[in-house]
Amino acid sequence: MQVVAADLRLDANAVDYVLLAVYFALVLGIGYMARRHVSSSIDFFLSGRSLPAWVTGLAFISANLGAIEVMGMSANGAEYGMPTAHYFWIGAVPAMLFLGIVMMPFYYGSKVRSVPEFMLRRFGKPAHLVNGISFAVAQVLIAGANLFLLASVVNLLLGWPIWVSVIVAAVIVLSYTALGGLSAAIYNEVLQFVVIVAALLPLTIVGLYKVGGWQGLVDKVSAGPGGPEQLDSWPGNQLTGFTDNFLSVLGLVFGLGFVLSFGYWTTNFVEVQRAMAARSMSAARRTPIIGAFPKLLIPFIVIIPGMIAGVAVTELQGENKAALMAGDEAPSGATFNNALLLLMRDLLPNGMLGIAIAGLLASFMAGMAANLSSFNTVFTYDIWQSYLRKDRPDGYYLTVGRVVTAIATVLAIGTAFIASSYANLMDYLQQLFSFFNAPLFATFILGMFWRRMTPTAGWTGLVAGTLSAVTVFILTESGVWNLPGQGGAFVGAGAAFVVDIAVSVAVTMVTQPKPASELAGLVYSLTPKETRTHETTGEDAGWYRKPGLLAGIVLVITIVLNFIF
Amino acid sequence: MSTETRTSAFDIRLIIAVLTGVYGIVLTVLGLFVTSADEIDKSAGVNINLWTGLALIVVTLLFVVWVRLRPLRIPVHHDEEDTSAPH
Repeated sequence: MQVVAADLRLDANAVDYVLLAVYFALVLGIGYMARRHVSSSIDFFLSGRSLPAWVTGLAFISANLGAIEVMGMSANGAEYGMPTAHYFWIGAVPAMLFLGIVMMPFYYGSKVRSVPEFMLRRFGKPAHLVNGISFAVAQVLIAGANLFLLASVVNLLLGWPIWVSVIVAAVIVLSYTALGGLSAAIYNEVLQFVVIVAALLPLTIVGLYKVGGWQGLVDKVSAGPGGPEQLDSWPGNQLTGFTDNFLSVLGLVFGLGFVLSFGYWTTNFVEVQRAMAARSMSAARRTPIIGAFPKLLIPFIVIIPGMIAGVAVTELQGENKAALMAGDEAPSGATFNNALLLLMRDLLPNGMLGIAIAGLLASFMAGMAANLSSFNTVFTYDIWQSYLRKDRPDGYYLTVGRVVTAIATVLAIGTAFIASSYANLMDYLQQLFSFFNAPLFATFILGMFWRRMTPTAGWTGLVAGTLSAVTVFILTESGVWNLPGQGGAFVGAGAAFVVDIAVSVAVTMVTQPKPASELAGLVYSLTPKETRTHETTGEDAGWYRKPGLLAGIVLVITIVLNFIF
Repeated sequence: MSTETRTSAFDIRLIIAVLTGVYGIVLTVLGLFVTSADEIDKSAGVNINLWTGLALIVVTLLFVVWVRLRPLRIPVHHDEEDTSAPH
């Protein structure tokens, strides 16, 4: 763990601690109240498939708005500026719409309980195991990254020792996820979303006042290291590490926009689980689409504060920013990951400070809770129930779920230390996603639309794709292939996708497909239209509840935003 | 053990309203009576406690109105399999 020389200690007083305590009391209260609705394993792991779309939609966004997102994206904002918005616009929204419109009918309609279970029904056991285990491992690693960030921030802000904050945070997250299951996690994600906005929106507004409004920010960023290209999201050369504009745009559109983002948003069970908890097919399809509205606007309260910190915070501006961008240590000892904290320290009075701290801690805990609540589902249903202890009564799996949640929490404390060795945590996470998610998307999309694709092709494609992402990772890490910024992850994801498709097609040609009768509900051409469409009566009626129309509105806003920035 | 009445008592919108309400009132009071001129200077001349507090109170009222207009309905189980489960 690095020791930061910059003084980040926030001057929190009694009022701030009271505001923090109010938040934590509600978090635990939600866990306690949600527990009363848990009477079966489906209640625990999928909220009994009973939640309204606005709740699952906000949870869908919040589950991803963890520590890594908030700290990492403001760090990216300070370092690269507006191109960071690609992670939201190109890198999330189109994939979320695709999930809601195209893929959700298969996920929700087939009544599978997890993404790996879909793999099991479509491709059989080997692909199921590969997916289930790689997902479980990734979740524990990412939960560790969330926990590490939480602990180091509490340490910096409030002066608590790292080990104390790790344990306190882990115990709080564990208690509400183990008690109330997915419902507790989802309701807390909604609450977290509110607190984060209440913390970051005022910070952004005050920050803009500080630098003299939007024009002041434009002038200051243009004059600083990085120059005016940090104000336009395209072509984003600094972000991708490509010097050539065309390659940079290609990397963004294909690498980030297509492979990484579709892989993450459409096959990552952390996200899909939230939609599966919705109460109807229509609500499930609307979940990612409703989530896309706030997703479009989050860059403004995450990236812009980062950019403001890069020009207004003494420890990050001028020579410090230049040194950090060159990959050196800043004379001040600060890093881009500190951007948001430094800005809070400089601008917020007591009171707002308490809410800002609550917002940050909320996002760290919710991120970790999302990892835990999806990990316990996959482990219990897809590993324990499928291979180790079959055919036990439902109550047994409910208990397993709670115990597994506790074990995963302990493991996450261990993986927190792996995360601590990376300077820019976003790089680390992008690497993980490219290993696991990019090939998964290739296999899914092929499997959903090509009925001939065989079970053997399913798992060989996945393994080959993951291995090629690992190969690219090793090449870039060892310096054989030099791609600074996050270009390495984009290339790795692209390679994984292409290799997966190639291997899947080749293997399919020489192996035996599953009979068509086993693929109903799982493959487009073999699923009757009725099971793919949703009800439009009762609570699913009304034009404002049409998934297609909502998706169209989101798409128009996205395009407009891309033209403006 | 009937869950119906409890279900209607647990509405996430009210919990959000409690949080934003408490935060809004505390911040407004701070902004009006406590936040010093030095602190306002630090925030680029904006009394951010007061403004955020007022905004949160408005948000609270919106959630309360929403709950009043569309109260949580007691879920009716459509699935046959649910009738066998203990309530």
